[in-house]
Amino acid sequence: MSTPGQFTAFTRLLHWLMAAMVLTMLFVGVGMVSTVSTRYHPLLAVHRPLGIAILVLVVIRLINRLLNPGPALPAHLNSLERFAARASQVVLYALMMLMPLVGWAMLSAARYPIVLFAGIHLPPILPHEPMLYALLRRTHTVLAYVLFATFLAHFGAALMHALIYRDGVFASMAPWRKAGPGYTAPHQSR
Amino acid sequence: MCDRSKFILIGAAVAAVALAFGYVGGWLTPRRLSPQRLIDAFEAANGPHPGFRRNHAKGVCVTGFFDGNGAGAQYSKALVFAAGRVPVVGRFALAGGQPFAADTAGAVRSLALRFTLPDGEEWRTGMNAIPVFPLRTPRAFYEQLVASRPDPLTGKPDAGRMAEFLAQHPETARALKIIGSQVNSTGFANSRYNSLDAFRLVAATGAVSSVRWAMVPNEPFAPDDPADAGARAKNYLFDALITALQHEPLQWHLMITIAQPGDPTDDATVAWPLERPQLDVGTLTIEHAEGEDQGACRDINFDPLVLPVGIEPSDDPLLSARSAAYSRSFTRRVAETKPPSAVRP
Repeated sequence: MSTPGQFTAFTRLLHWLMAAMVLTMLFVGVGMVSTVSTRYHPLLAVHRPLGIAILVLVVIRLINRLLNPGPALPAHLNSLERFAARASQVVLYALMMLMPLVGWAMLSAARYPIVLFAGIHLPPILPHEPMLYALLRRTHTVLAYVLFATFLAHFGAALMHALIYRDGVFASMAPWRKAGPGYTAPHQSR
Repeated sequence: MCDRSKFILIGAAVAAVALAFGYVGGWLTPRRLSPQRLIDAFEAANGPHPGFRRNHAKGVCVTGFFDGNGAGAQYSKALVFAAGRVPVVGRFALAGGQPFAADTAGAVRSLALRFTLPDGEEWRTGMNAIPVFPLRTPRAFYEQLVASRPDPLTGKPDAGRMAEFLAQHPETARALKIIGSQVNSTGFANSRYNSLDAFRLVAATGAVSSVRWAMVPNEPFAPDDPADAGARAKNYLFDALITALQHEPLQWHLMITIAQPGDPTDDATVAWPLERPQLDVGTLTIEHAEGEDQGACRDINFDPLVLPVGIEPSDDPLLSARSAAYSRSFTRRVAETKPPSAVRP
């Protein structure tokens, strides 16, 4: 159930669940590649199943988005802001989809066993080709930084909507039920 | 709250997340030992050898199979310990980052194996023909690599720096004494290869045992004769292995040593008491050798933490470090153009 001007409860649940998972994943990833401590192996063991879980959820989320597009952007945004909002969403969706696929593909190309949990393996999705592994491994890193930068922009924009504009955009995805009607004009405080 | 303080608040929140990311990624703690730094230290100590493994650089691929006899199944549910045969790809090598160094009797011999188990599982293990490992932690390993870096003036490691390192690491001095007292065998075929690190075996009942394992040769031990050292070919150890395999397969028994309470599982510099029972769990048969430029082992990273269900890492701090560093070495070498290896059967 949702209030007018708010994404459905299921959409909001997916959003916040994935926000936590993706942020966790970025920290796990950057942490594990920069340590030789005993944290390395447990982090790697979490990284693979969490990545595949994100891949599954992003597919569900894309389908859900097609079925429930949610409220339109508020009228007061200028064309640049509209473009930024749309483009950052496209980039976030694309990266949430690509990161696990590139990770799965690179392990496939290096013929590492792709262990999710004890005894549960994924099949390789690419032929055994070490040069391809090297390329995909670098791609995985670059895309992770792009994803983190896009996350920061998204996080900053969300806070701008919540605290400065107070135009209902943040409330439309807020984990709690929105009290008021649809979008409101940007709040004018001086 | 005015808009200006809200802007500051938002900026601070975004910056805090970015800083936390930077901290976890190690940019704020330059002393942290990363896999990159460890592999850089190998490259600095050995010189650049593009395309080669950064350690155990000189080697040859082998293929064969392992026949489990079922005796290990009471300790581990890993399929490798069930009675039956699984294919094996392996690599004999000499420790160190010099791919073209001449073979010597004193060079540390190693055997790395990949067992391909049913259901897509694998077991990868790297073993060395020394009784204990000289270094206890990744940090000590790194410091030892830095201490053994050649002096730019003499081209040789500075003996003073190594002496200083040993003074700070009595466990390494003790381990080197044990290693030095071992009588070298004549070759790869009659060497015993030890896991050195401890692992945990998990039985179907859930019972956990701490273990170390070894590949013990069927070939009888024959001591190396130092009097012959002058007349040896550059690849004499590898040549002898290749010649032996051309005549007949070579065999080793996989022996599992079960720890007793008090045996250290987090310190590979310390040997477990000799009287610990050893369980023969199967026979490794090596049939063929092939050059690593084309051979099946070329593209395998013998990461000791690629383990099947039923074998788990112990608390040995070297295991995660080996896994992380091997991965970095693999990622670098497969992107490089490699000149032909020294050993070409």
